[in-house]
Amino acid sequence: MSNTKNINDVSHSPSGVGGKLDFTITVYTENQVGLLNRIAIIFSRRKINIESLNVSPSEAEGIHRFTIVISETEDVVKKLCRQIEKQVEVLKAYHNTNDEIIWQEMALYKVPTDIIAEKVKVERLLHQHGARAVVIRKDYTIFETTGHREETEGLIKALEPYGLIEFVRSARVAIIKASNGFHEKLKEFEQTEPGEELVENEFLDKQDEVFTM
Amino acid sequence: METLEIIKDKETAIKEPVSISGSQAVLEAFIAEGVHTVFGYPGGAIMPIYDALYDYNDKLKHILVRHEQGAIHAAQGFARTSGKVGAVFATSGPGATNLVTGLADAMIDSTPIVCVTGQVFAHLLGTDAFQETDVINITTPVTKWNYQITDATEIPHVLAKAFYIARTGRPGPVLIDITKNAQIQKIDYEGYKKCEHIRSYRPKPIVRKEYVEEAAKLINEAKKPFVIFGQGVILGKAEREFKAFIEKGGLPAAWTVLGLSALPTDHPLNVGMLGMHGNYGPNVLTNECDVLIAIGMRFDDRVTGRLDKYAKQAKIIHLDIDPAEIDKNVKTAVPVWGDCKETLPLLTKLIDKKEHTDWLNKFHEFTKKETEIVINDELHPTGEQLTMGEVIQLLNELTNGDAVIVTDVGQHQMVACRYAKFNQSKSNITSGGLGTMGFGLPAAIGAKYGAPERTVVAIIGDGGFQMTIQELGTIMQFGAAVKILILNNQFLGMVRQWQELFNDKRYSFVDIQSPDFVQVAKGYHIAGSKVSKREELKTALATMLDHKESYLLEVMVSKENNVFPMVPQGCSVSEIRLQ
Ligand SMILES: Cc1ncc(C[n+]2csc(CCOP(=O)(O)OP(=O)(O)O)c2C)c(N)n1
Repeated sequence: MSNTKNINDVSHSPSGVGGKLDFTITVYTENQVGLLNRIAIIFSRRKINIESLNVSPSEAEGIHRFTIVISETEDVVKKLCRQIEKQVEVLKAYHNTNDEIIWQEMALYKVPTDIIAEKVKVERLLHQHGARAVVIRKDYTIFETTGHREETEGLIKALEPYGLIEFVRSARVAIIKASNGFHEKLKEFEQTEPGEELVENEFLDKQDEVFTM
Repeated sequence: METLEIIKDKETAIKEPVSISGSQAVLEAFIAEGVHTVFGYPGGAIMPIYDALYDYNDKLKHILVRHEQGAIHAAQGFARTSGKVGAVFATSGPGATNLVTGLADAMIDSTPIVCVTGQVFAHLLGTDAFQETDVINITTPVTKWNYQITDATEIPHVLAKAFYIARTGRPGPVLIDITKNAQIQKIDYEGYKKCEHIRSYRPKPIVRKEYVEEAAKLINEAKKPFVIFGQGVILGKAEREFKAFIEKGGLPAAWTVLGLSALPTDHPLNVGMLGMHGNYGPNVLTNECDVLIAIGMRFDDRVTGRLDKYAKQAKIIHLDIDPAEIDKNVKTAVPVWGDCKETLPLLTKLIDKKEHTDWLNKFHEFTKKETEIVINDELHPTGEQLTMGEVIQLLNELTNGDAVIVTDVGQHQMVACRYAKFNQSKSNITSGGLGTMGFGLPAAIGAKYGAPERTVVAIIGDGGFQMTIQELGTIMQFGAAVKILILNNQFLGMVRQWQELFNDKRYSFVDIQSPDFVQVAKGYHIAGSKVSKREELKTALATMLDHKESYLLEVMVSKENNVFPMVPQGCSVSEIRLQ
């Protein structure tokens, strides 16, 4: 019924194929039960799929770090970050494209040991992919690789003909190239009167496109 | 049991810790936060708090509503007329889920509320215990913050946080769920300390002078500047600063439904209402102004109409306390983040003193046309049947614009907002963002407790009144002198209007029957009468207003009147229809 543009309607967006790009959102938060849900529903409410989500400690004590990957236009991602920062327990949300971060995902592969033992080819294959054996048992062996999506995916393809029993991949973890860490920022947050640093009033680009959230 | 004398001071450190229950700690927190009135309803999981309340009767007035939805709407009404935090108690399970509509309403209309819900014993969480619901997860999308307490030692500082979060920054509802064991548990209480800082929470963005300067420059260069304002002006308590700003700049100003009453109706620069049923001039001229200055409003779709045809010619300046609102719906040329109480005076200092007489006259020309085609017929009808507009007009004459007007949702709400006269702020209480039918009656009860010295008139449709009609019982028992004015068109009027205009008059389930409202009121020992004739109307309204206690007046109005002007959904504001 509504005539306003849907947030997922990317036909009006300025960049890329449909304007959507992979963005990695890094969120620094307090450690609190329920916050994961608060952050997750910011995406689900707008029918945006989270492709990968990781929660871990950060370099600053007591501060948690969410790493969220979605495929969206920058305009939408900016708005999502502001909604995330609006949550009481969130200190800061950054968004970055793949070229602005160093990122890795880890994958585990379970393969039958007898086949590996027999086939020299498999051994070479694993070597090529930089895989490491984590467990070797009589019945199966578990390998691990770390890398980008294409790399972990490449090894699945290669292992499939040899009877891959099980595969699992972790969420992305990422470090922002330009970041100086969160220690200094955190000090500012702890002050009652924050400095200007904190409020990054990004000036608005001059795009005419308008989206509704 | 004695209650503790630890009110007033910001910090009420007690020398020797005293042993009190979690429930007492909750009530001490409420009192220390200046809460004197709580709206609520008891039940199993909140019984320890109600037991403690028994001893706090002299300090904390508890209003027993008839449904928890009524409690939270009453707290909303209270918050909106008093400018303070509204407080609610409810039990677990159904008590808590009955709050959800009100939480959603308070969330979207930025109303400061603290709800305390009881919860089952901590060891029963997750076991599908009797009256256990996952209240935290149910309410997460509709609260600014929520938290579950399972250990009473957390109560003082968590409640301090709750009040701080509810009332600061962009206000909103907060829900604290307390398990029954924590309500019973004894703690060593060391006094209450108000919360003043949360590391991860910045209620006010820092004002950036460069944007204020840039905004001033745009305003000074503008030939056709236009101010649109919302509830931010009221929530920021910045009515005076706002008036000084528009007066210095000679800036015509139009309001959203929630901004209404921040500027007196008869102020020469008040050019009327924005949006779907707003005034003709403000809508059309939104698409003619050269600089659009939005203050404490969020470009709701009911205000903007079709976005890609909204004020495209204008440079937009947006003053808002919530960074997430900037650029959310409308791209801004200059964002002025901050509390408008601070940003408006900075801006006023930098703008030139001006009068945009020709531009202002343009608004007046549109008013003239709207008056000829719409307003005259609405306020001075020649037909036999009463119109909603003439009822409001007579009410204005009798109250002189000094009353608090609370409305429900529908045609009567739009007509009341369009025609009611206001002299002072915090006088228009309505469900703007959520459009919650059933809001009117309980909100009016709360509004009366929030402003006991003022006349409170609840204008409600025959449909919406039946959604929370049970709150007549609350009035009967506690005596809130609310004037209930039912505008009965014997239809779910607003939906009927849409069906007439957009669905070929296929009236699908909008024909609603009503009981004899005057008899119902009588059953609750509330006086009332019913009128349908013009010559009886004024006396009837005067009788209602003069009555010392609550009074119900049912006015039979024309069945099939439509509210105009109207910006049909999906149309641009400049495509507003006068008929
Ligand atoms: C809880 C709820 N249900 C449904 C609606 C949809 N709705 C909006 S206005 C309206 C009609 C209201 O009728 P009435 O209370 O008689 O007021 P009128 O429009 O006739 O003044 C309806 C059903 C709503 N806003 N809220």
